[in-house]
Amino acid sequence: MKVKVISRSTDEFTRERSQDLQRVFRNFDPTLRTQEKAVEYVRALNAAKLDKIFARPFIGAMDGHRDSIKCMAKNPSYLKGIFSGSDDGDIRLWDIASRRTVCQFPGHQGAVQGLTVSTDGSILVSCGSDCTVRLWNVPGATLADSDNLSDNSAKALAVYVWKNAFRAVDHQWDGDLFATAGAQVDIWNHNRSQPVNTFDWGTDTTISVRFNPGEPNILATSANDRSITLYDLRMSSPARKVIMRTKANSIAWNPMEPLNFTVANEDCNCYSYDARKLDEAKCVHKDHVSAVMDIDFSPTGREFVTGSYDRTVRIFQYNGGHSREIYHTKRMQRVFCVKYSSDASYVISGSDDTNLRLWKAKASEQLGVVLPRERKKHEYLEAVKNRYKHLPEVKRIVRHRHLPKPIYKAANLRRTMIEAERRKEQRRKAHSAPGSVVTESIRKRRIIKEVE
Amino acid sequence: MGAKEENGDGEMDQTVKKYLRGEAANLEGLQDKKLKGQLAIREELYGKSAKAAAKIEKWLLPSEGGYLEAEGIEKTWRIKQESIAREVDILSLRNQYDIILPELGPYTLDFTPNGRYMAAAGRKGHLAVVDMKTLSLIKEIQVRETVRDVVYLHNELFFAAAQKKYPYIYNRDGTELHCLKEHGAVSRLQFLKNHFLLASINKLGQLHYQDVTMGEMVGNYRTGSGRTDAMQVNPFNGVVALGHSSGTVTMWKPTSAAPLVKMLCHPGPVSSLAFHPNGHLMATSGKEKKIKIWDLRKFEVIQTLSGHAKTLNFSQKGLLAAGTGSFVQILGDFSGSQNYSRYMSHSISKGYQVGKVLFRPYEDVLGIGHSMGWSSILIPGSGEPNFDSWVANPFETSKQRREKEVHSLLDKLPPETIMLDPTKVGTVRPARKKEKKPTKEEREAEMEAAVEAAKDTDIKKKTKGRNKPSKRAQRRKEIIDRAKRPFLEHRVEEQETFRKKHKTNMETEMPKSLQRFVRQKAT
Repeated sequence: MKVKVISRSTDEFTRERSQDLQRVFRNFDPTLRTQEKAVEYVRALNAAKLDKIFARPFIGAMDGHRDSIKCMAKNPSYLKGIFSGSDDGDIRLWDIASRRTVCQFPGHQGAVQGLTVSTDGSILVSCGSDCTVRLWNVPGATLADSDNLSDNSAKALAVYVWKNAFRAVDHQWDGDLFATAGAQVDIWNHNRSQPVNTFDWGTDTTISVRFNPGEPNILATSANDRSITLYDLRMSSPARKVIMRTKANSIAWNPMEPLNFTVANEDCNCYSYDARKLDEAKCVHKDHVSAVMDIDFSPTGREFVTGSYDRTVRIFQYNGGHSREIYHTKRMQRVFCVKYSSDASYVISGSDDTNLRLWKAKASEQLGVVLPRERKKHEYLEAVKNRYKHLPEVKRIVRHRHLPKPIYKAANLRRTMIEAERRKEQRRKAHSAPGSVVTESIRKRRIIKEVE
Repeated sequence: MGAKEENGDGEMDQTVKKYLRGEAANLEGLQDKKLKGQLAIREELYGKSAKAAAKIEKWLLPSEGGYLEAEGIEKTWRIKQESIAREVDILSLRNQYDIILPELGPYTLDFTPNGRYMAAAGRKGHLAVVDMKTLSLIKEIQVRETVRDVVYLHNELFFAAAQKKYPYIYNRDGTELHCLKEHGAVSRLQFLKNHFLLASINKLGQLHYQDVTMGEMVGNYRTGSGRTDAMQVNPFNGVVALGHSSGTVTMWKPTSAAPLVKMLCHPGPVSSLAFHPNGHLMATSGKEKKIKIWDLRKFEVIQTLSGHAKTLNFSQKGLLAAGTGSFVQILGDFSGSQNYSRYMSHSISKGYQVGKVLFRPYEDVLGIGHSMGWSSILIPGSGEPNFDSWVANPFETSKQRREKEVHSLLDKLPPETIMLDPTKVGTVRPARKKEKKPTKEEREAEMEAAVEAAKDTDIKKKTKGRNKPSKRAQRRKEIIDRAKRPFLEHRVEEQETFRKKHKTNMETEMPKSLQRFVRQKAT
C-alpha cells in the first residue's frame, strides 16, 4: 500500500534568525474563508467611517493681500510656488509649503485681472484694468531661502500699454505667445509691445481666455454675450462659436483629453463640451447654488475643482454629474479663483476675504511619506469601500457632508423649483397630443445655437 | 500530449470556476452605458484574478496532501493503524497515540482553528490544555464538577467549559475568568468565530447567544423541543443546527425567535450531526441505525448509509468520521459525485465507548475522545495541506497571535449577517410587489365561488330515522352560511371602519352645537 501523511517540518515554515522576516504562506481557496462578503462589508463600513474621521481637508490660509483676490497662476516648472493678484494691484508669489509670500510684484495701478506664467516658468505675465500688460521675471533659485522674511519686490521686465482694460490673460502651452481678453482678443509676443494679432467676433467684452494644452494654436474664450468661441491662431478668423443661455465665467481644458473643455457658467452649473461637437454638452455638472466663478482641471484629467459665488469650493469628477467633495469655511467669502496643484494633491482657492486657502484634494489623504504597507492598506480600504458604496449604510456615511445652512436651504429651494418645473412639463406632455410637446435634454437645453 | 493538455485544461477550468465564486453578472439588460462599461471591466478583472489564483494553486503551494492507496486485493478499510505506522515517518508517528485516563470519565475534545492546541475535558471535572506540536501538557485543572462540553474561543488563550450548573470561561493558565450564569445548565457549547458569539443549548432546551467581546447576550430563545445533545454550527454561514429527539433538525440565527429551517430528518431521535466545510452537505445520524447525507441547498437526502453513529465529523477535505461504540468508521467520496463509501476504520479497545470524534485542522489526524481518555489516529488525506497564514497559522508566534486577534476584532461581523445564504450580503433584494386588495367585484366573485363549492358538498345520509328532509335542508343552509361568513364579517368590518373615519371627519367639521345631529345621522 502507498501511504503519505501531511508532516510539516518546523524549519520550513518558520524563520531562521530573528532578523529575518516572518514567513507568510497563502492559500486562496474560498472554502478556507467563511462569510467573505460579510467580512468585506464590515471592512467597507469601517473604512467609510475611518475616512470621515480622518477627513481634515483644510491645511492653512495664506494671509497677506489687502484686497479680494481676483486671479491666480501656477508655475508649470516649479511645484511649490503660486502667484496671486488682487483688486488693489498687488501681485504676490507664495511659497505653498511655508504659506508665506516670497516675492511681491508692485506696479499695477488698478485691479489685476489676469495672471499667467510662461511655459518655462521664467516670465510672469499680468494684465489689469489699467490697460497695461506687464511682464515680470520670476525669481528662480532664491525661492528656497525662506529666511528672508522681508518681501522682495521685483521690477517689471516690460510694460505694454494698450487701448482698453483687460479682463484675462493666458499663455500658450508650447510657444511664446500669450493672449489677452478684453474688448477683443489680442495675441501678443513677449518681445513686441503691440499685439501680433487681434480677433474680434461680436461686440461684447471677452471675459476669459484659455489655450488648449494639446494643440498650442487653439484657444477658447467666453464673452459677455453668453457665447463661447473657439479660435485657431493659424487661421485669421475665429473657428466656432456656441451661444448659451447664461454667460460662462471661466473655461478649463482637460489636460489629459485636450479635445474636451469644461465651462463654469453663471447658472450654477458647469458644462463639459467636446470641441468637435458643440451642439450638445457632454456632461452637465450640477451642485453649486450660485454662479460658478472659476474652474481648474487636475493634471490627471479625472477631476476638476470649481469655486463659486456661494462661498464653497467643490471638486467634481470629469464625467460625474454631482460633486465628490465640498469645502467651505465660515471665514471664506465669495470664491473668485481656484487652482488644482500640479501634483494633483492640493487645491488652492482665492476669495473675497483676501486670503488664499490651501486644501487637500482628497480630504482624508495621509500627507507626507507613505510607507508601502500603508499605501497598500489605503488602496485596499479604498477598493473595498468602492465595492460596497452603493449599499444604504455605507452610502449614507460616504455621502454625508456638512453644509452651511444657507447653502443647504438654497439647494433645497433649487431642488423644489426644478422638480416643480419638471412635474409641470410632464403633465403638459401627458395632457397634450403625443409628440407635440418635446422635452429637450438638459445637455442641449442650455444652448441657444451654434455658429460656424 | 494533446490529451494530457486537454485534461490539464479541464482541471484548470474547474479550479478557475471555484475561484470565480459563482456566475458572472448578466450585463445584457443594462441600459446605462457607463455602468455597463464599468461592470464589464470589473468582470474581466475577476476572470483574471481567478485564473491567477488557479495557477498559484497549481504551481506555488508548498505542500501536497496525504493519500492512502491500496494495492492488489487490499481494501483501504481493512488497513490498520499499525500497518500505516510502519510506512510513515517518525514525526507523523508522534500523532498516533492513546492516552488512558480511566477515572475521570468520558472525554470530549476541541481544537483551536489552527490545530495547534487541544482542550480536553473529562466528565468528572478534568480540564486539560495540550500543545499538539510538542505534545506537552500546558495546564490541567480539576474543577470538581461535571463538565459536559469544552470549546475554544477565538484563540488558545480562552476556552469555555460547560459545567454542572453554568458554563465558565477559563484562561490558558486555568484561571477562571467568567461564570456565565444566564446560560443555565448547558449541555453543548459552540463558538461562532467570525461573530465572536458563544452559543449554548441547556437542559431546558433554551438556546443562548452571547457576544464574548462585550459580554452582551444577543439572543435567548426557547427551542420548544426539550433537551438535546446534538448541536453544531455550520462554518459556511454561521447558523446553529440542533438535532431533536423528535427527529427534526432546526437551524437558528441569533436575530429571530423562530428557527430558520425545521426539517424532519429521522423517524427517531437525532443522535448527532455534522457539516461539510463547503456548507452544502450535512450528515445526520439517527437512533434507527441510519446516517443520512443531506444537500443543504435543496434540503434533500443525497445518500443514506446504514450504521450507528453517536458522533459525526467532517474533515477539511470532506472525509466523514462516524463513531459508535468502540468503532470509528471513516467514509469518503472519491468519485467526486458526493457518494460516500468506506475509506478507513479503526476499533479502539473493547469496552471503550467513543464519545466524540474530531478531525484536527491542517493535519491528517483524527482525535477520538472516549470513556477511558482520548486517542489520536492517522487518516491520510483528511487535512488541508496548505494553510493560509492570515486565516489560521499553525506556526503562529505570540506577536502574530496578538495582531490576528486585533484584526479579527475589527472584522467582527454583527449578528445580523448570519443567514442561510451568506452570499446574499451586498446583493439587491428583489422589490416586493404590493398585494393588491381585491376589488368589490372580485370579492363578490370569490363569495359566489365559495357558495358554489359549499353547495357541491355531499351531506352524509343519516340512518335509523334521523334522515328527515327538514333537517337535511337545515344542514345544507348551515353549510352555505358557514362558507359565506368570512366575507360578510369582512364587509361588516370595513363598513365599521369607514363609519368611524367618516364619523370623526364629520365631528371635526361641524360646530359644537350641531354635533349631536351628526351622531344621530351616523346611527
